[in-house]
Amino acid sequence: MSRTTTATTTAATTPAIGRSDLRTKRRTPTRISPARIAAWTVLVLALAATLFPFYWMVRTALTPAGDLYTDSAGLVPDHPTLVNFLRVLGLTSQEEAVAAGGSGAQVDFLRYLLNSVVYSGLIATFQTLFCAMAGYAFARLRFPGRDAVFGILIAALMVPPIFTLLPNFVLVKNLGWLGTFAGMVAPSILMTPFAVFFLRQFFLSIPREVEEAAVLDGVGAWGVFWRVVLPMSRGPLITIGLTTTVWAWKDYLWPLLTGRDEETRLLTVALGIFQQQSPNTNPDWTGLMAGSTLSVLPVLLLLLLVGRRLVESLNFTGIK
Amino acid sequence: MGANTAVAPPHKSNGIRTGEAAGPEKPRRPRDDRKAAWLFLAPVLVGFALFYAYPTLRGVYYSLTDYNMLAPPNFTGAENYQQLIGDEQFWNALRVTGYYVVLNIGSQILLALILATLMHRLTRSVALRALLLVPWLVPNVTVGLVWLWLLDANLGFVNHMLDALGMETTSFFNSPSLAMPTVALVNTWAYTGYTALLLYAGMLQVPQHLYESASLDGAGEWRMFSRITLPLLRPVLALVLVVSLIGSFQIFDTIAVTTKGGPVSATRVIYYYIYEQAFTQFHMGYASAIAVVLALLLGVLTAVQMRLLRASRSDLA
Repeated sequence: MSRTTTATTTAATTPAIGRSDLRTKRRTPTRISPARIAAWTVLVLALAATLFPFYWMVRTALTPAGDLYTDSAGLVPDHPTLVNFLRVLGLTSQEEAVAAGGSGAQVDFLRYLLNSVVYSGLIATFQTLFCAMAGYAFARLRFPGRDAVFGILIAALMVPPIFTLLPNFVLVKNLGWLGTFAGMVAPSILMTPFAVFFLRQFFLSIPREVEEAAVLDGVGAWGVFWRVVLPMSRGPLITIGLTTTVWAWKDYLWPLLTGRDEETRLLTVALGIFQQQSPNTNPDWTGLMAGSTLSVLPVLLLLLLVGRRLVESLNFTGIK
Repeated sequence: MGANTAVAPPHKSNGIRTGEAAGPEKPRRPRDDRKAAWLFLAPVLVGFALFYAYPTLRGVYYSLTDYNMLAPPNFTGAENYQQLIGDEQFWNALRVTGYYVVLNIGSQILLALILATLMHRLTRSVALRALLLVPWLVPNVTVGLVWLWLLDANLGFVNHMLDALGMETTSFFNSPSLAMPTVALVNTWAYTGYTALLLYAGMLQVPQHLYESASLDGAGEWRMFSRITLPLLRPVLALVLVVSLIGSFQIFDTIAVTTKGGPVSATRVIYYYIYEQAFTQFHMGYASAIAVVLALLLGVLTAVQMRLLRASRSDLA
């Protein structure tokens, strides 16, 4: 489901490299007016409402499970502890975990975290590469049937993911790939129609002269693609790579169906299973929030590293 | 679309691109890159054939069978579809999904429009935008769990607040009347920042000098919003609306971790119903039939989206 959101939200594009921000001049001199203060207040409140749930998640993760009944309202925990993180990461003994509020079920979020990183990394890398190759072929190479093939590929944008998910599950099951990374990444690692479309649009927009110079030097299509085109296309490639990473990081239903086993369990799937194992009447909130925090940390890391790029990529993935 | 079009010419019709890069035409004419092309296309074509084209045909076929994943499918014609018409749960799923979409999209677009306008008029801060994006970057499962905890009937923060304000505490996700609005607003929280950034990006395309001259003419902020921002944003807004609608119809993760379709089917949305039919009841054939109906519904929306995409191009390019 998360895939749809990303894929369809981004399904509407012409790549554009114009950094609209850059051409914005500084505002006309700002006056301090009541309206301005009110507007800023609304923005700050929106930001607070956006971030507070995350604060509360971390705050709960740092609270000893035993304290929760008496200490679930204050802004800071009375007796902050890291034990919840240690136990969901599988770094405590079974007894210690149960004593700290665990259900006794084996959890190893370190492994799930790694699985999620591998899953997103594999899909983002290869999908971007393969879609760039195809996008380039559709944009530049000449071969019979090119436009027809491209048209059919793009028509797949109309098919909602749940529709192909059911037969894909049957296929992966029949291949004996349930519970393997191969089965989990198979439907998305080779392509997604949107990325082909997006990258083709970009390749169409770059000037031919550079490539032609290389061709005259006797470099083949393959060499031109790797040595000339790819280095020129870092921006769009990173954009597609990042949106795919985010999509794969959030993915839930498909890995739930195909990779529930401990060895291949992703963070999102693990959180869902962890919640089911925890008693309904008295859920292991501190453990759940510690696990949730682990699913947010890599996102913050991504923002720190490439936040500007990510934000600006929305300027041209979402709408043109 | 000013700066953009300079680099990204509006999508040319697929075939002939003679006019494009007015470079020398001569050496290109007789080229045929057949061999290289198949090499470039191989991974994508394999992926497409195996995981898009084949399953699409397969899905339609399953919808005409009694397939249950254990025995081979038997062709049953339109039986699944006939059953669908009389299936109260199916109609309930459609109704509930519609309710969700209206609540979610209505609130989300409105809030996002407000946020985007404020940002557009006040600040270009990248940090602010990055922070507003965090809920969208986080898995929906996490979003669901965090809100399940915040809204917990006994210990949740929101109920502590209600209590402190002298109001009655509520079990949001367990109330048949509140469960759906709660899920809808949780997802509004998760997606508003993202939607706001898309609208904001659209607003950046509005020429700045329009605001400057309007301001010189003494126009107030509201007037600028209703006379400049909103009309010029219209194509982008329509596009964002349709795209969000399509996404919203496919709500699943949040429900899977919070309400699981309950209480008493109040949140059994169409995606969840398909999931249950296929993977807990093993009615793969029947689930496929529901998926066909959903695909048709979304197909109409996607067609609208494509139209708008073309419209926004000719409007602004």
